[in-house]
Amino acid sequence: MIKVRQLYKKFGDNEVLRGIDCEIKEKEVVCVIGPSGSGKSTFLRCLNLLETITSGEVIIDGENIMDPNIDINKIRTEVGMVFQQFNLFPHKNVMENIILAPMKVRKLSREEAIARGEKLLEKVGLSDKGRSYPQQLSGGQQQRVAIARALAMEPKLMLFDEPTSALDPELVGEVLAVMKQLAEEGMTMIVVTHEMGFAREVADRVLFMDHGLIVEEGTPEQIFTSPRSERTKEFLNKVL
Amino acid sequence: MTDKPLFSLRGESMIGRFDWLGVIDFFPQLGIGLCYTLLISVVGLLIGFVLGAIFGLGRLSKNKLFYSIASVYVEVIRGTPLLVQAIWVFFALPLIIEYNLASISAGIIVISVNSGAYIAEIVRGAVQSIEKGQMEAGRSLGLTHNQAMRYIIWPQAFKRMIPPLGNQFIISIKDTSLLSVILVPELMFQGRLVASNYFNAVEIYTTVAMFYLAITLTLSFVLRYVERRLNIQ
Repeated sequence: MIKVRQLYKKFGDNEVLRGIDCEIKEKEVVCVIGPSGSGKSTFLRCLNLLETITSGEVIIDGENIMDPNIDINKIRTEVGMVFQQFNLFPHKNVMENIILAPMKVRKLSREEAIARGEKLLEKVGLSDKGRSYPQQLSGGQQQRVAIARALAMEPKLMLFDEPTSALDPELVGEVLAVMKQLAEEGMTMIVVTHEMGFAREVADRVLFMDHGLIVEEGTPEQIFTSPRSERTKEFLNKVL
Repeated sequence: MTDKPLFSLRGESMIGRFDWLGVIDFFPQLGIGLCYTLLISVVGLLIGFVLGAIFGLGRLSKNKLFYSIASVYVEVIRGTPLLVQAIWVFFALPLIIEYNLASISAGIIVISVNSGAYIAEIVRGAVQSIEKGQMEAGRSLGLTHNQAMRYIIWPQAFKRMIPPLGNQFIISIKDTSLLSVILVPELMFQGRLVASNYFNAVEIYTTVAMFYLAITLTLSFVLRYVERRLNIQ
């Protein structure tokens, strides 16, 4: 589903990604872990071109997103993204947040979009919050709305950029539960996270990144119980 | 010192100098001035807002030409006095374009172009103040840049523009008084006309000031109401 080859990203002279190679299959759940500043988020953001790519190749669903002729908006409709800071639209209520893109991009009628929105709100356990505004919701609820909003485009792939890092500890669980359910339904997911418990339990594969490179990858069991690289060991010793 | 009151309505005090009730006789003339002041303010600010929106977007544009034009506009207008601009448009511009501008048209041009430059900066500031994540969230959902601007950034930015816009509106309304020097028959012009004919400067200029205050206080009140309404959601 995704193929990344020799992905480089520079901010000025600062080389943040230094040749990422990886492949992600359909329905696979991949967690990306690593110390802050290792390039995890940048890697994720390159996958839907929120960051311009300095060089390399990214193929999503058979389309090379570096191709200048490609319609990036069309790729983005297939790639949902959930942000650390939720980024809900504060001037719109929950339902309006969800139906905006399906109506404007997918050209759904308002009724169709709302029907879809109601199903998704039920799925994330917020059926009664359609008329609430984001600032009236807790962080955990906001993040669940953000997941519903991304799902409303019926993406083939979901990217999660530290989705629980901005949450109070007691609210983390409700968001992870929604993500776990999504994984079980067979969504292809790439999750940048510091939640090692989640990675261990839900991921099919874990990538450990450091200094702009994928240092090690493997099944959660292998990474968490018998990491090969010293850097991985050191990191896991600190966070576990 | 006299123990007569300093202030009285029909000049029996202070050697009968100040005739406050007599001002009412000049209300029709001042009223005409007030109408011109309002006309120029309203039309000038409407055009100014359009100019401000266009050039504000210019200041945000990645297109170098558009950005440069907008920047030159803002810097030149912001960097020169309104009085000079007014005199230039009324006395100098006609020599260049070989066409005489009516003072009222010149006045509207000056207020539009002047307020437009300040409003452009208000627009730019408000749009830039919207968190980067809002645009990213929109784009990640597949909206085009223009759609994200229209449905996500602008509505939020507009709300943030209201307090500084109100400020600018009040400034521009007061600035119309400077147009008296290019013979726009607005409030200040009428006041000067009356005061120089009837030697009642104290009464007339005080009244003129009150008229301006009445306009700006009304506007302040309306703006506060709008702000409160928009904050409720």
